[in-house]
Amino acid sequence: MKFALFHGCNIPARVEQYADATAAVCARLGIELVEMTAFNCCGYPARNTDHRAYVLSAAKNLAVAEQSGLDMLVMCKCCYGSLKKAEYFLNQDPELTADINHILARENLGYGNKTRVKHLLSVLYHDVGLERLKDEISKAYSGLQIAVSYGCHALRPSNVTAFDDPVSPKIFDELVETTGAFSVAWTRKLDCCGAPLTGINDQLAMDMAQKKIDSAREAGAQFICTACPYTQLQFDGVQMRLNAQSNDGKPLAPILYPQLLGLSMGIDEKTLGISKNEIDLSEITSFLMAE
Amino acid sequence: MFDYLFYTSLVVFLLGLIYKISTWFTRKIGILGKDITTAQRLQSAVRGIAGVIFSSKILALLEAVVLDVLLQRRVLKESLSRWLAHMLIFYGFMLLLLMHALESVVSEALFSEYYSTVNPFFFLRDFFGAMVLAGVILAAVRRYLAQPRRLRTGGMDHYAIMIVAVIMLSGIALEGLKIASHSEFTRMVEDYAGLDDEDEIKALETLWVKEYGTVSPTIEAPFDAELLETGREVHESSCMDCHADAPWAFTGFATAKLIKPLALWLDERNGVTLLWYVHIIACFLGLGYLPFSKMFHLIATPISLMTSRVMGLAESLPANVVTRQIMELDACTHCGSCSLNCSAAMVFEAVGNEYILPSEKMTLLKRLATGKKIDDAQMRAIQEGVYLCTNCDRCTVRCPSGIRLKELWYSVREALLADGPPLPLVLSPFSFARGLIVQKTLTADSYTAPVARARQVVSGQFVNLMNPETSIPLNAQTGAEMQPTAKDSTYTHCFSCQSCTTVCPVVANYDDPEQVLGLLPHQIMCSLGLGLSEMASGAGMIWDCLTCYKCQENCPQQVEVCDILYRLKNTAVASIEH
Repeated sequence: MKFALFHGCNIPARVEQYADATAAVCARLGIELVEMTAFNCCGYPARNTDHRAYVLSAAKNLAVAEQSGLDMLVMCKCCYGSLKKAEYFLNQDPELTADINHILARENLGYGNKTRVKHLLSVLYHDVGLERLKDEISKAYSGLQIAVSYGCHALRPSNVTAFDDPVSPKIFDELVETTGAFSVAWTRKLDCCGAPLTGINDQLAMDMAQKKIDSAREAGAQFICTACPYTQLQFDGVQMRLNAQSNDGKPLAPILYPQLLGLSMGIDEKTLGISKNEIDLSEITSFLMAE
Repeated sequence: MFDYLFYTSLVVFLLGLIYKISTWFTRKIGILGKDITTAQRLQSAVRGIAGVIFSSKILALLEAVVLDVLLQRRVLKESLSRWLAHMLIFYGFMLLLLMHALESVVSEALFSEYYSTVNPFFFLRDFFGAMVLAGVILAAVRRYLAQPRRLRTGGMDHYAIMIVAVIMLSGIALEGLKIASHSEFTRMVEDYAGLDDEDEIKALETLWVKEYGTVSPTIEAPFDAELLETGREVHESSCMDCHADAPWAFTGFATAKLIKPLALWLDERNGVTLLWYVHIIACFLGLGYLPFSKMFHLIATPISLMTSRVMGLAESLPANVVTRQIMELDACTHCGSCSLNCSAAMVFEAVGNEYILPSEKMTLLKRLATGKKIDDAQMRAIQEGVYLCTNCDRCTVRCPSGIRLKELWYSVREALLADGPPLPLVLSPFSFARGLIVQKTLTADSYTAPVARARQVVSGQFVNLMNPETSIPLNAQTGAEMQPTAKDSTYTHCFSCQSCTTVCPVVANYDDPEQVLGLLPHQIMCSLGLGLSEMASGAGMIWDCLTCYKCQENCPQQVEVCDILYRLKNTAVASIEH
């Protein structure tokens, strides 16, 4: 199994442990990840102000992957949604595609709808499979309660993203439960983490994060599991700010899925960048059963 | 004459150097250091430098000197050919400077047997020159022939390549003409050979014409074998010990062969003297103008590489950050690595604003830092360019000069937001890093003001509608650019069931959502149905939309609610810009 790894912009700058943990887990599972220096922004941040600039940014990545003959493995849910949506726009609109391809031609690239965009979780669930994952797990968790945060931009609009059932998704829950942890039922599991408005309307963004944190805590979760750098940062750095404002006691630490999975595979904490998360999550190792 | 030119250019160089370095402590850019004086900056610099020298950081500094400055590791990471070109120019030029230009100070002091016409020095001068020339050719090929996309070449880039090329080519041409020149031959024989027998001189000249490139007005092939034999004997006894054979100076010798048909004509017209002037004037011009040209990176870039290595290790003194950022403007060589790797490159391709490219931002920042006024259009363009950045840090990671561009953008961006016109781009996820990271460094007011100003400017005519007394202008004209296209007219399917509004987490967040958001999602769909596009695109709701797509997913009529809100944001921004 071989993919072009799409980092996006947030992961290399602010959540590099996500890439490190993904690389470690994929290496174990025999997934080959190819680095592509020609990849650029997925277009997501440009979408508010300039549709064409957004689609062009996304299309460049699709075209780069296409040229290499590889499918894309995307770690960020917002990048994933952005690329899927752009693909949808391009496939719907030949005029737009012609315009975009005209610009891409300057770099000897072109969009021909030949590459499939996949999120890390989809690859692990569909391409690798839970059985194979189970084989690799050497230290399952016991008594660990996890709240999974699905991530809006992967889940919806479901006719475009085709990630999972938009009303009762299951792949993230099952991936977490494969590690022996328990995926709690919580009311805001499918809700927005607030990240799209961080920097635009911080109060609203923090309200969203707070509501999710409260809901996860209420359901008895000990950690929130994420698979998106935006969500991760929202529950990490932004939660720290929320806590500083309200003096709310202990925060509810987020953990990136490949970190959670990696620990249960016996991969060491340093490789998984456990200490790079802002909120301390070292306690999670106490839930690991001995080999 | 030589001394006069030399000392003038040296004085200009030194004064320029002092002036340029003084600007590192007097100029400011961005929002940092508003209250920091030059005296404080000088003091902090001394403290900072002392702090590095007398601590373990000195090891990191030495590492930077060896790997980054001398071996240019960061250039190598960018590209092997660029590294090769730069190493050839840098080392070739430095060695020429020390061995050839400063021969009376350096070479003669170091090597008692030094003489420019004796090997290995005779050969090395050409060898070093050939290194530089090869490097310049590689650099010129990159700039003018290969022209990677988004690599911009400006006046300073032309100048840098030109001045080095003129110095090298005039040097090689001078040497070539000296080899071919008959008057040079005569002068050398008179000055050094100690010959007075006309026949011996003639024999020697014959040999030199045949073997060493001299072009004689009287002697040419075919040569008398006997005369050649005598010439060789004279050469061995009078010349050889102090003058390596001309072919050792391979670039000059090749040039001599090349200009052979012209050699006599040039020699008669004092070509040697003329080329000598061209060569030394180019050298002195290069020296005097160095502090004001891109070549100043010879001084600033090593300092940038060293400071960025040690200043990343711990919290820096605020005054030193201000100083470093000005120094970094001089360390930028406009090599284009940042722009070639920029994540927002495609936004540039779509929008065409050059200031999206980091290297072009740097060019304008250099001008801004000198206090030059820029016009409104440029102000707007650079403000937009600085904001259309995904903060991926690639430019900082890749910069071969070690410039901490990320921090420069953070600081400059805030200054431009405060001084420039309201910027609608602030209302996009490009603001994420500003909210997450930069916010911590700002006062509450300076953080929120740009957002508030942007919101005000995008709300357009909508403010009037917030007043319940105002009647809604149902006959309002809608501009052509606001007309929804057939592609996203799904709002016409809306039957006002309000599912979108019911599931919207933003609406649910407020006790009085209409007051906060203006129009709720279903009301926006309804407004569009009534043709009130302008009103819809003025509603605060569209900017508070989390883009979670719950509305769209839950719409029983397949109205693309969230996508329509995106489209409204686009039109609102477009209507301000035009």
